[in-house]
Amino acid sequence: MKLTLKIWRQKNASDKGGFVTYPIDGISTDMSFLEMMDVLNEELAIKGQDPVHFDHDCREGICGMCSLYINGHPHGPQQTTTCQLHMRTFSDGETITIEPWRAKAFPVVKDLVVDRGSFDRIIQAGGYVNVNTGGVPDANEIPIPKRVADEAFDSATCIGCGACVAACKNASAMLFTSAKISQLAMLPQGQVERMSRAEKMVAQMDEEGFGACTNTGACEAECPKGISLTNIARMNREYFSASLKSENV
Amino acid sequence: MSWVTKTLSSTIGRKLIMALTGLFLILFLTGHVAGNLQLFKSDGGEAFNIYAHFMTTNPAVKLLSYLTYISIIGHVIFSIWLGSTNRAARPIGYGVSTPPSTTLSSRNMGILGTFILIFIVIHMQTFWYQMHWGDVPFVTYDGVEYKDLFSIVAFAFQNELMVIGYVIAMAFLGFHLSHGFASAFQTLGLNHAKYSPAIALIGKIYCIVVPILFASMPVYIYFTQS
Repeated sequence: MKLTLKIWRQKNASDKGGFVTYPIDGISTDMSFLEMMDVLNEELAIKGQDPVHFDHDCREGICGMCSLYINGHPHGPQQTTTCQLHMRTFSDGETITIEPWRAKAFPVVKDLVVDRGSFDRIIQAGGYVNVNTGGVPDANEIPIPKRVADEAFDSATCIGCGACVAACKNASAMLFTSAKISQLAMLPQGQVERMSRAEKMVAQMDEEGFGACTNTGACEAECPKGISLTNIARMNREYFSASLKSENV
Repeated sequence: MSWVTKTLSSTIGRKLIMALTGLFLILFLTGHVAGNLQLFKSDGGEAFNIYAHFMTTNPAVKLLSYLTYISIIGHVIFSIWLGSTNRAARPIGYGVSTPPSTTLSSRNMGILGTFILIFIVIHMQTFWYQMHWGDVPFVTYDGVEYKDLFSIVAFAFQNELMVIGYVIAMAFLGFHLSHGFASAFQTLGLNHAKYSPAIALIGKIYCIVVPILFASMPVYIYFTQS
């Protein structure tokens, strides 16, 4: 495959940055998108140029480290992570525009790498979960209906990649935060800190400078893990009831 | 900051205000459209004028009208506040923006709302202001004097531009409601496998039926009162 890549290059956080066009040839349709980026970077390295910086880690679609806003979509045209996106999705001769996630709370570090530390701080704000220690618990000692366990698990599949923020017209982190709040709100183990967790995580989310939700559903449509908008409704319920009932005046 | 102001100034709290004021305005629209259906009566505006008199003098209706004014102002102020937060959340935009898999209405609620607000100002200036402080002629039904608001309505809708403007404004209202109705319930956290499909369906019917009923009023008056 022969492609034209239009890539956002930015030296550092304070650099203005801009698009640079790179022609690339000899790309196999079986390559993943990141492997295509590796080929480009090898060529750049041979030429003595600075390779394009981008985030990646497991390349198995489970770590949430890869990002990239490809042709107007987070993680590209398919509902998957960038590492699981294959070059057969594109056609020969196509121009592919690659940008970093755009949000005030995700400042660009270099090129396509953004600092998603704001997500970590939202998680940290949630605090700890009380669990009983001691001997190995018996199986099924903690009763939980299968449906609830499944729903909590669905929420827990959020890998925190930030595609929801990237897709949202308001750069809102509500799908992410709601998935994290939902996961523990539904499990019996998370009940002691349930109210304070909802209050603190929402407060941290606002402090980081994310926008609010307009219920457009763009996040849900782009989420590589299929996190549903029902999580946002649940977060709102959790937050309202926590505000009304918690002891935090 | 007390817990109340802290909650209501959070992004979710501000959305709560948007949802509650929005739902109250939907209730208001339901009452408004139902009452105004009396414009279709072929009685020279008698039923409508008696209704208008009741609506401007009854203390319970007065209270509701104040709630409506507060809801409109609150809805506008909180949308501006949320909008500025939302814009600030993405200081640098994307180079490429493909049409997302979301509805046009949901992405442009602010623009639709701005047009509706302009409409409300013109609408209130034309009828509400006239009814309260304007020079409205009187009519007598069964020995009781009433303000003849119907004559004001009939006169206003002789103007084609006015009729067209009203129909367009109602289209904007329809699109605003097509997202707003169900969205308000989602914001309140009322998302449930049993009820959400029903809410979505009622929202779709509401956003079509109510604006069409409203829009048909100036059109009907234009063709019957000339």
